[in-house]
Amino acid sequence: MSPPLPTSLPVPKTHKLYIGGEFPRSESGRSYALTRPGAKRAYAQLCLASRKDLRAAVDAARAAQAGWAARSAYNRGQILYRMAEMIEGRADSWQTLLRSGLGHSAAQAARALAATVDALVYYAGASDKYPQIIGAVNPVAGPHHNFTTPEALGVVGLVFDDGPDPAASAARIAAAIAAGNTVVALLPGPAGGLVAEFGEAFATADLPAGVVNLLSGDAAELAPQFASHMEIQGLAFLRDEPARRIEVERAAADNMKRCVASHGPLLALERVLDFVEYKTVWHPIGT
Amino acid sequence: MTKTIAKTGLAAGNGAKAVAGLVVDYAPSIESDKIVTIPPRHQLYIGGQWLKPVEGRYFDSINPATLQVLSKVAEATAPDVDAAVRAAKRAYDRTWSKLSGRERGRYLFRIARLIQERARELAVLETLDNGKPIRETRDVDIPLVAAHFFYYAGWADKLGYAVPGAKFAPLGVAGQIIPWNFPLLMAAWKIAPALACGNTVVLKPAEQTPLAALKLVEIFEAAGLPEGVVNIVTGAGATGAALTAHPLVRKIAFTGSTDVGKIIARSVAGSGKKLTLELGGKSAHLIFADAALDQAVEGVVSGIFFNQGHVCCAGSRLLVEESVAARVLDKLKARMRKLRVGNPLDKNTDIGAINSSAELDKIRRLIETGKREGGRYFEPENITLPNTGNFLRPCLFSDVAQADTLCRVEVFGPVLAVSTFRTPAEAIAKANDTPYGLAAGIWSEKGSKVHAVAAQLKAGVVWANTYHKFDPASPFGGYGESGYGREGGRHGLLPYLEVQP
Amino acid sequence: MIVPVRDRDGASRAIALVPVDAVGAEERAAFFARRSIKARSKLDLLYLAIRMMDLTTLEGADTEARVRQMCHKALRPAAPALTQALEKIEGFRPIPPVAAVCVYPLLVPVAVKALAGSGVHVASVATSFPAGQVSLKLRLLDVREAVDNGADEIDMVINRGAFLAGEYQQVFDEIAAVREACGSAHLKVILETGELGTLDNVRLASDLAIAAGAHFIKTSTGKIQPAATPPVTLVMLQAIADHHARTGEHIGMKPAGGIRNAKQAIQYLCMLYETLGPDWMSPDLYRFGASALLNDVLRQIFRQYTGRYYYDKGYSLD
Repeated sequence: MSPPLPTSLPVPKTHKLYIGGEFPRSESGRSYALTRPGAKRAYAQLCLASRKDLRAAVDAARAAQAGWAARSAYNRGQILYRMAEMIEGRADSWQTLLRSGLGHSAAQAARALAATVDALVYYAGASDKYPQIIGAVNPVAGPHHNFTTPEALGVVGLVFDDGPDPAASAARIAAAIAAGNTVVALLPGPAGGLVAEFGEAFATADLPAGVVNLLSGDAAELAPQFASHMEIQGLAFLRDEPARRIEVERAAADNMKRCVASHGPLLALERVLDFVEYKTVWHPIGT
Repeated sequence: MTKTIAKTGLAAGNGAKAVAGLVVDYAPSIESDKIVTIPPRHQLYIGGQWLKPVEGRYFDSINPATLQVLSKVAEATAPDVDAAVRAAKRAYDRTWSKLSGRERGRYLFRIARLIQERARELAVLETLDNGKPIRETRDVDIPLVAAHFFYYAGWADKLGYAVPGAKFAPLGVAGQIIPWNFPLLMAAWKIAPALACGNTVVLKPAEQTPLAALKLVEIFEAAGLPEGVVNIVTGAGATGAALTAHPLVRKIAFTGSTDVGKIIARSVAGSGKKLTLELGGKSAHLIFADAALDQAVEGVVSGIFFNQGHVCCAGSRLLVEESVAARVLDKLKARMRKLRVGNPLDKNTDIGAINSSAELDKIRRLIETGKREGGRYFEPENITLPNTGNFLRPCLFSDVAQADTLCRVEVFGPVLAVSTFRTPAEAIAKANDTPYGLAAGIWSEKGSKVHAVAAQLKAGVVWANTYHKFDPASPFGGYGESGYGREGGRHGLLPYLEVQP
Repeated sequence: MIVPVRDRDGASRAIALVPVDAVGAEERAAFFARRSIKARSKLDLLYLAIRMMDLTTLEGADTEARVRQMCHKALRPAAPALTQALEKIEGFRPIPPVAAVCVYPLLVPVAVKALAGSGVHVASVATSFPAGQVSLKLRLLDVREAVDNGADEIDMVINRGAFLAGEYQQVFDEIAAVREACGSAHLKVILETGELGTLDNVRLASDLAIAAGAHFIKTSTGKIQPAATPPVTLVMLQAIADHHARTGEHIGMKPAGGIRNAKQAIQYLCMLYETLGPDWMSPDLYRFGASALLNDVLRQIFRQYTGRYYYDKGYSLD
């Protein structure tokens, strides 16, 4: 018997979450459809992450944080650059997502992809610069050596807007991890379409498991969970929702989360500084 | 039991002659309080005027060493706070934001000089109102206050170097709420960078210790500071709440308890107000076996007994490597017996008065809890306390566990919790086992170990082979629930500037 | 870290290296200058300082007459005019003699004779001071001769060259040998801290000297600057404190050189009191090696009694 002719019916891509370096479905079994504006059929089903998925993602981020921060700044920069390479290498796949899934024009998609790569490259070159720029040796009045260095804050939560913006998302994620933080990011609604592409690129870029964790889902459901989670140290609520922002920042005060409100310029060292602590060390100078 | 003590020295001779040493009791050496005049009643300082509070209420400021009332102080309510914020906004719009950095700096330099010139008077007033020893106000607080103004004066015309490559602007009116433990120093920490960056200020001193900040007004006026640039509203929590809630306030800086810090953070949520919080701590002080133990013990004493232990960054959890724990404890106890508790105006007093009766009660309750939970209690039995006033013997609890109240709760008094560790990893884990993260101490003569441990401690200030050093050039502030933002140094400017890349 | 040494019987002794943080020690030492000692406490300490003083002359030009003159000052530090001026004041306590005079071995008999029966000790810097560049045998002979001549205290200088070269056994042996040669006389071991370079070394030399049998440890000969400083003295006191905690023994301390006025002396005494406690507040366990100090202490005593200063002619030279 001759083999059957190949069918032209496409296999729809399965979009899962990216947690601890793996691609699990939501433990809740819930999903939602990603449908391009004006399209009849859904482009993909996305996982609707639950509170429990968020907890798993935070656990993964916590477990990875000390090791990631302990890597040399040079090494973190190398890996960020590798992430840019992996995204660029998956240009076709991104084009498909951005055009068929998210409704970009070809030119828009090309621009978005280039900007995403730009963002990752910018922060690849930031990890070993920002400590020199913001760190200091302080001239105290006494026989003491005194210096201030920035350090990672810990686990950073990023709650993005529903509108998919790969470059902005990549910039925020890259800025946070450049400093040694680990990230749990919610790409809600249609932005959830980015989870799989980012996840697959990151997973093959030597990025240690758990450094970046990506969830698709519903911001209204999960933002309060981000805000009240006691093991998240920093939170960027990047949505134009004044009422919810108040709620989120109130809940965030329970463990004194560092909260960031505005998006600000994408490529700026200030984005790294959003999520660092400053440590000042004193030591006597004597024989 | 009789103990035979071998005497060598020149007394040994044939072993017969006993050593007869001299017991020295330092005679009182009292700093005169004549240098300072305290008005019987203080009003609110708003827009360059002394104004009566709208509601007409006054509260007492008390000398904790004598429990005598020093002065009546106006209680500001929401309308007073509103007037103060509006005065600050007017001053910001009409004068202060129009001055060049160089001119602002000039005012700050003048203020610094005037503080130096009136240092003795300020030191005495601070000691009277707060209860801390005159030796500390004279040698630590007031010199640092002047240094802080001097330091930030020089930044005012160099802000472009503080935020290289970025645009910046002042924020407007800063509402600043300060605690009672370092009343003048905290005022300086708040006011100096705010003014240097071009903001105007409404300051609320602690209700326990408002007098020194109010005295600063004389210095501001002598320096010619334009009216409304600094306004002072006195009162308790409600006054502070009115200040943080005011819509014209663009920046809140608070130093105080973590509980209140969280309330403030919630109250400004979503408002876009910039917030700096300098909160509580339960800072770990690590002594490794290879440390210079005699200096380490001095560090521990300074770490917990400086300012009666009323210090947010007090080294209140002592962690000692087990192999030297017994020796360290012996040395520490011997050293504690030499501490002199008493009249804060006595130049030989090491530990003054607990700031208020309420605070004294709270500390005593925590000491009782410590005893109940089974820590081994020690206080220097030889120390006699004055008959009146809020005085307490310094004390320590050894054999305390991480789970015990004294290892977790900020006492804010002269109470040290001591426990042990075996390895650096254990020391680091225990040090970090707290929601706070303000400061930490490390004692080891091994350089690489000091750096490794310092890097892993989750604390904003790490004192290695020293403790409780402060300098205007050195950023200060905490991790985690010890708050956010830095005060001091170049980093201390950032909370007072709107920075746009 | 341990420095191993063997004692005269061949038994091994381990001396632990105790590190010192220089900045911390300096800071603590400076603290005592901020003590404000007034009234009765001040007077007590000034009297004590006189009773702790070793008057010293160690010059090539020393003569018998010079030593006799110094002995007179040792016995009666206050000149007659000063005493007369003070005696009228109620509560005046007579000015006591100093602790000891310190002279070369050859002049010991002169001092012994001048001080006979007074209780003022005669100390001698033996061991071929100052150069010490003769064999150990000769140095020990020097010590024995001083003791035979009636010195009841012997001051010796450690071998700094050997110490800095790490020859701790040699340093130890020399001290132990001198101690043996002292017989019933007391041994003060001079570390000459100005040549030791670091406070770590000051601490190790102190521990070594104590282990080898020193009754007292002493900072300096006065020939080398810096001599006694507050941090150096503090570190030595801490060595004494640790030894006391371990063994119960009381080792004495003598800062020498550089303490010129009463204010400094009081700072040193506050340091002593707050580091070692009342047991050490005695000439049996603490001495000042300082000659210029005496007249300033007398000047301050006069001031304490009268509220004013006496004129310089009221204080005798020497």
